[in-house]
Amino acid sequence: MIRNFDARSALLSVLILISGLAIWHFATHVPETGPVGVVLSAEQTDTLLGNNMAAEDIEFYASQGVAFPQLEQIAALNLSRETIEMAGGIRALGISVPDANSAPAPGSLFPSPAKIGVELWATITDPFYVAGTNDMGFGIQIGYSLLRVIIGYTLAAAVAIPLGFLIGMSPLAYKALDPYIQVLKPISPLAWMPIALFTIGDSELSSIFVIFICSLWPMLSNTAFGVASVRSDWVNVARTHELGTLRTALTVILPAAAPTIVTGMRISIGIAWLVIVAAEMLVGGTGIGYVVWNEWNGLRLDRMIVAILLIGVMGMLLDAAFARLQRAVSYVE
Amino acid sequence: MTHFKDPFNPNIDVWNECGEASGEPANPYVGLPAEDAEILRKRAKQALNPEVGMTRALESSVMQGLFKTDLSRRAFLRSAGVTGALAAVATVFPLSSLQLMAEEAIKNLEKTKLTLGFVPITCATPIIGGHALGFYERYGLDVDIVKTAGWAVSRDKCLNGEYDGSHLLFPMPMAMSLGIGSTAQPWKVVSNVNTNGQAIVLANKHIDNQDPKNWKGFKFAVPFEYSMHNLLLRNYVADAGLDPDRDIQIRVVPPPEMVANLRSENVDGYLAPDPFCQRAVYDQVGFIHKLTLDLWKQHPCCVFGLSEKFITENPNTTMALTTSILEATAAAETADGRVAFAESMAPANYLNQPVEILKQILTGVFPDGQGNIKAVPDRISFMPLPTQTMGTWVLSQLRRWNYIDSDTNYATLAEDLVLTTTTRETMRQMMNADVNLTFSDAEQDVFAPVEIQGQTFAPEAAQEFIDGQPFSRTI
Repeated sequence: MIRNFDARSALLSVLILISGLAIWHFATHVPETGPVGVVLSAEQTDTLLGNNMAAEDIEFYASQGVAFPQLEQIAALNLSRETIEMAGGIRALGISVPDANSAPAPGSLFPSPAKIGVELWATITDPFYVAGTNDMGFGIQIGYSLLRVIIGYTLAAAVAIPLGFLIGMSPLAYKALDPYIQVLKPISPLAWMPIALFTIGDSELSSIFVIFICSLWPMLSNTAFGVASVRSDWVNVARTHELGTLRTALTVILPAAAPTIVTGMRISIGIAWLVIVAAEMLVGGTGIGYVVWNEWNGLRLDRMIVAILLIGVMGMLLDAAFARLQRAVSYVE
Repeated sequence: MTHFKDPFNPNIDVWNECGEASGEPANPYVGLPAEDAEILRKRAKQALNPEVGMTRALESSVMQGLFKTDLSRRAFLRSAGVTGALAAVATVFPLSSLQLMAEEAIKNLEKTKLTLGFVPITCATPIIGGHALGFYERYGLDVDIVKTAGWAVSRDKCLNGEYDGSHLLFPMPMAMSLGIGSTAQPWKVVSNVNTNGQAIVLANKHIDNQDPKNWKGFKFAVPFEYSMHNLLLRNYVADAGLDPDRDIQIRVVPPPEMVANLRSENVDGYLAPDPFCQRAVYDQVGFIHKLTLDLWKQHPCCVFGLSEKFITENPNTTMALTTSILEATAAAETADGRVAFAESMAPANYLNQPVEILKQILTGVFPDGQGNIKAVPDRISFMPLPTQTMGTWVLSQLRRWNYIDSDTNYATLAEDLVLTTTTRETMRQMMNADVNLTFSDAEQDVFAPVEIQGQTFAPEAAQEFIDGQPFSRTI
């Protein structure tokens, strides 16, 4: 029955994907027709010839979809075919006011799934190229992002878990510090960024700091909560066995609070991954967030969507790792 | 007029700007003793070597310091003879040590590994193309250029010392030095990386509404508060009778997001740098209402900026860096250079834009999105000399709109922040060193009044000028 259920859910997932892609495809697909040639009247051709435009140029320009009013201006400005080539070619020059008949502009459409598939394939097959400081493969960029996340996150865990433990073991400290944690927790990474840049004065350290500060709170509050809500019976039992404080903490409280702590860590890693993309979009340079920004800057939506997809996949993998850890420490009372 | 002008030749005018008019001989060695002519010929040949050329420029400035005018210099050379003059001047001024200094500059770089920031727009053509086409390497510099998301981040990275130098907006070194909008740190305008090159773009729905008088309620985007864009837009709408703080809304939007904001009708238009003006036409979401050169011909826009600290600590590197950027700027101005720079900047590592858009911008042959095809060769220009008039205008306009909150001596401040003299000197030296190099702006009067939207702005009367302008916040 369970196997059957798994198979059905997988089938449904695939169906959703296919129908989603199909809708996307039909909404964005434009057949590659090439330029729609313009037919000039004999009179118009004569006017252009009279303005010293060569017959073969007229034919070529018209075949590239440039309308008569624009051709007339080209003739009046006395632009040679060579000048037009130097200025990026006749097709780009022919773009005028959009009207119902004109073909859609080259970069104006949302990319179709097929186009993104092509980019995705190119990305996956060549993830580690380096074409300069500002243009490196996705593999390298994800590596940069992961490295920042790991450093910031590890620092946060190193601070939050012991501190949360202490706070959780003292009801007084827990109650006194709780308002501060609640205020600091919801602050957006983008709000921390300018402060970090200003005080730390280094964009690399600033992004790490922002990850640190944003992944700190869920771990801290979850650890404190987990430790504080360990059943008092268990602690009392430990006390009757005359266990020391440290031993009680490590052998009784830690395993008891572990599921809550790991939940906090899982929330934090998700936040850290969200934060790094935002931080890199802001400071630029390297990382997958920078890639999104860079492709956005060039209005290359296809590559941008590939980057977004990869961010999603990486986030899922990180979350899956912590889900495993969570299963490992969970227990049934 | 780019041929080598030897300050020790009594036959030619070295400093007189209209040399031809004063009737220079076709043969500059006519009537000289054979041995003097021989020395001068040898010196002219040596000057083709860039390093020697630079020292010739130093001699020129020493001679100018001594004689002030061509007339007295020529008289002295005629009486003393070239050989005698060389010896006599050397006793007063140790030319050889000066020469040595200039030659050593390139050999003794304090720092060869440099990081420069840029925002991906065509204004940064000399900085970006300079990297792509290898201009920095010629001067022994290993430069990394880093694409930066926006001007605020650029500024922060400059102040942090992450960038050794950066592509900045003309008003930014001033704002940074004065500590408006950031902590105060002295930064200098070294050279213009471009002039002109901006446009006012409107959404297609406004194609029949192109009179700024009717723009009440419009939402405009500019790339940064302390930008020429903001100041020019404010000036433009204020002249049409609209208060830029009340009648329209001006938002700061990073350049890359401008086209998307225009498409989603978040803004009605923007005054922004290319490629995002031409990109709006290419994507058929907007049209070019006006090129900014029609507001102020050869207005400044973006600059190459260095901190005072860097300049003091690294004089030789500063000289080499300035020289390489100036050389790239001059190359970008030439017709062939424009195409080559456009091609070099298209890849993802640099501007990440379709090459045809960049070519349209740099060659100035482009569709304006209103159905017209335009040919405006100076749509973007590369005139590196940052003039005092520019600096004074910017500072006084910052005061006009209350970014600076009290009246100040704009001209003196501009003199401190805009390195006109040293940059001009470097340009002269480079022209002396390379006969094929031309800076058409090198000898312009840097205090000359300019015409901005039909009004004449004279730097010495900056305060009166802004006091008399509409909506001025000075009173």
